[in-house]
Amino acid sequence: MNYIPNLIFLTLLLLGIGIFTRNIKRIRRNISQGKSLDRSDQSGLRWKNMIQVALGQSKMVSRPIAGFLHVIVYIGFILINIEVLEIVLDGLTGEHRIFAPLLGGGYDILIATFEVLAFLVLVAVIFFWTRRNIIKIKRFWKAEMKGWPKLDGDIILYFEVVLMLLFLSMNATDSLLQELDPEHYVKAGSFPISQFLIPLFDGFSADSLLVLERSFWWMHIIGIFIFLNYLYYSKHLHILLAFPNTYFSNLNPKGRFAVDMSIKNEVQMMMDPSFSVPEVEVTPPEKFGASDVFDLNWVQLMNAYSCTECGRCSSVCPANMTGKKLSPRKIMMNTRDRLEEVGKNLNENKGIFENDQKQLLNDYITPEELWACTSCNACVDACPIEIDPLSIIMDMRQYLVMEQSAAPAELNSMMGNIENNGAPWPFSNQDRLQWANE
Amino acid sequence: MLNVPTLSQLQSEGKKAEIVFWVGCAGSFDDRAKKITKAFVKLLNQTKISFAVLGTEESCTGDPAKRAGNEFLFQMQALQNIATLDAYQVTKIVTTCPHCFNTLKNEYPELGGKYEVIHHTQLLKQLLREDKLTIQGGKYKGKRITYHDPCYLGRANQVYEAPRALIQKLDAELVEMKSCKSKGLCCGAGGAQMFKDAENGEKEVNIERTEQALEVQPDIVAAACPFCNTMMTDGIKNKEQEGKVEVMDIAELIANANDL
Repeated sequence: MNYIPNLIFLTLLLLGIGIFTRNIKRIRRNISQGKSLDRSDQSGLRWKNMIQVALGQSKMVSRPIAGFLHVIVYIGFILINIEVLEIVLDGLTGEHRIFAPLLGGGYDILIATFEVLAFLVLVAVIFFWTRRNIIKIKRFWKAEMKGWPKLDGDIILYFEVVLMLLFLSMNATDSLLQELDPEHYVKAGSFPISQFLIPLFDGFSADSLLVLERSFWWMHIIGIFIFLNYLYYSKHLHILLAFPNTYFSNLNPKGRFAVDMSIKNEVQMMMDPSFSVPEVEVTPPEKFGASDVFDLNWVQLMNAYSCTECGRCSSVCPANMTGKKLSPRKIMMNTRDRLEEVGKNLNENKGIFENDQKQLLNDYITPEELWACTSCNACVDACPIEIDPLSIIMDMRQYLVMEQSAAPAELNSMMGNIENNGAPWPFSNQDRLQWANE
Repeated sequence: MLNVPTLSQLQSEGKKAEIVFWVGCAGSFDDRAKKITKAFVKLLNQTKISFAVLGTEESCTGDPAKRAGNEFLFQMQALQNIATLDAYQVTKIVTTCPHCFNTLKNEYPELGGKYEVIHHTQLLKQLLREDKLTIQGGKYKGKRITYHDPCYLGRANQVYEAPRALIQKLDAELVEMKSCKSKGLCCGAGGAQMFKDAENGEKEVNIERTEQALEVQPDIVAAACPFCNTMMTDGIKNKEQEGKVEVMDIAELIANANDL
């Protein structure tokens, strides 16, 4: 027997998984550049949330058209993976349709289901492409989508089209060979969709069909290995990260912003000189707020890798919809871009970051964007996988104000008023009850 | 004549209040918001509920400082207010401002200030359920009222039903804007925007929201936040609709309906 195809397959499989593992490790390392944050509480609620939001796509369907199409592609993706498992086993063992004898009649149903799903995925992807490129839905054409992000979105759709067509063509030629070459191609499977492709291959000799069938088979599985490793370089990581991202999402009321407990003692000492610092010393942070990815926490960094740039956040952002520069999606994209830059720096310098005189603030995100935020939480609510751009905006504002005293002048006078008379306006606190007598 | 006891007065008389009305800076100093404060006090007086205000002992919760990025100033305000509230052994607070509501409810507990905090629309709904408050429908019968969800009451704290339940008691027609409840559009004031000019853009946020409100052709835009009220009032003026469309807090609507 000739084992060369098996060996080539094994090599490709190991290569595909190997590069993928390396990429995942890089993502982990990059995310761990962020500050620690304990989200290990309420695991029951977290599982429930993940099942509902990531697995159950509950937030996707708040926009019915995109949501429905997405659910099709999502179910297709998950179920067709069963077929990929068969293909991998076939590739390793040199068998053909290894599941067929095990499943009997059930195999026909399985293959028929995959075909229908592949067809539905094709249709959905064509709709997606049309929405992006013909209807030109606004959120796909905002400033931050120029260049690579736009191309990336299209490449993913092309990938899916090519993979589905290869899968169906593979089945079409296979079903013909089942007639012509029953010795190698046992009768197995039912082909409700690919039967329509048969006319394309009509009149081909068994030899040509064999070459075609093998080519489709190999291109399909190699395509999947490439796609698997394209993920790291694209916005498509959400298919994996949506799960941890929803599991570790913020379960508190959205209005509750993080309170920095490390400065409480200091504040208390300032207000009351007789206040004695408790035994358990809490050191205030070296730096308040965030000016770079190292100052953000790991969940915020994971958020950045999880973002698939759908733009639902920016389309509901009051600042963005009224033409301001702020775009919550851009905040996430910038955070990821900067983190990737840091990651490359780590790769090149044996894991030790070498100062590159750059940071997230100013080099990627400008104060003008940060100051346009109304903290309304619409972006957080809109995200189908519970990314929180607002927390990054607030952390960066904190840096601007507490480290650089760089608030807009009007906010400085507002804060001066609060400090001096306990109200954001210059009114005396003694007049606080005037209204009762007016 | 309004009856507005302060906690210090009550204490000197050896009395306590069931609930503290946290008036907030807008409610204390802003001319438009003071009307909301008074309307709410009239309702409290009518229901004879035992309440008190802090008066000159109240200070900014620190919300705008925190949203502007000044954690230090926020904590100074918070610790000072917590000290005052704890000195009076306060357990329950009601406020007409969703920003105060959110900060007191969500950001004070970690710093040691643990109180039951409710928004005035929640208290009014509760009083209604307990038959301590009645709402006269007549005055607003058949009027089209659209309700603007304040971000810090709605999305931030999931309070959507209490304000709507009260509006429906007015025999009015509650009409919803295209973005409402969890999808409600901000008025543009949150996150300390109230205190600064907006960044350059094509439009002001309050104009965008006002346009959404005018689309449903309301007689009244109901608000539940003094800042939203200001923003929406300015928006209505900008659209030259002030003769036709009024912006009213829910407390004002009920006080008016009850001829207070």
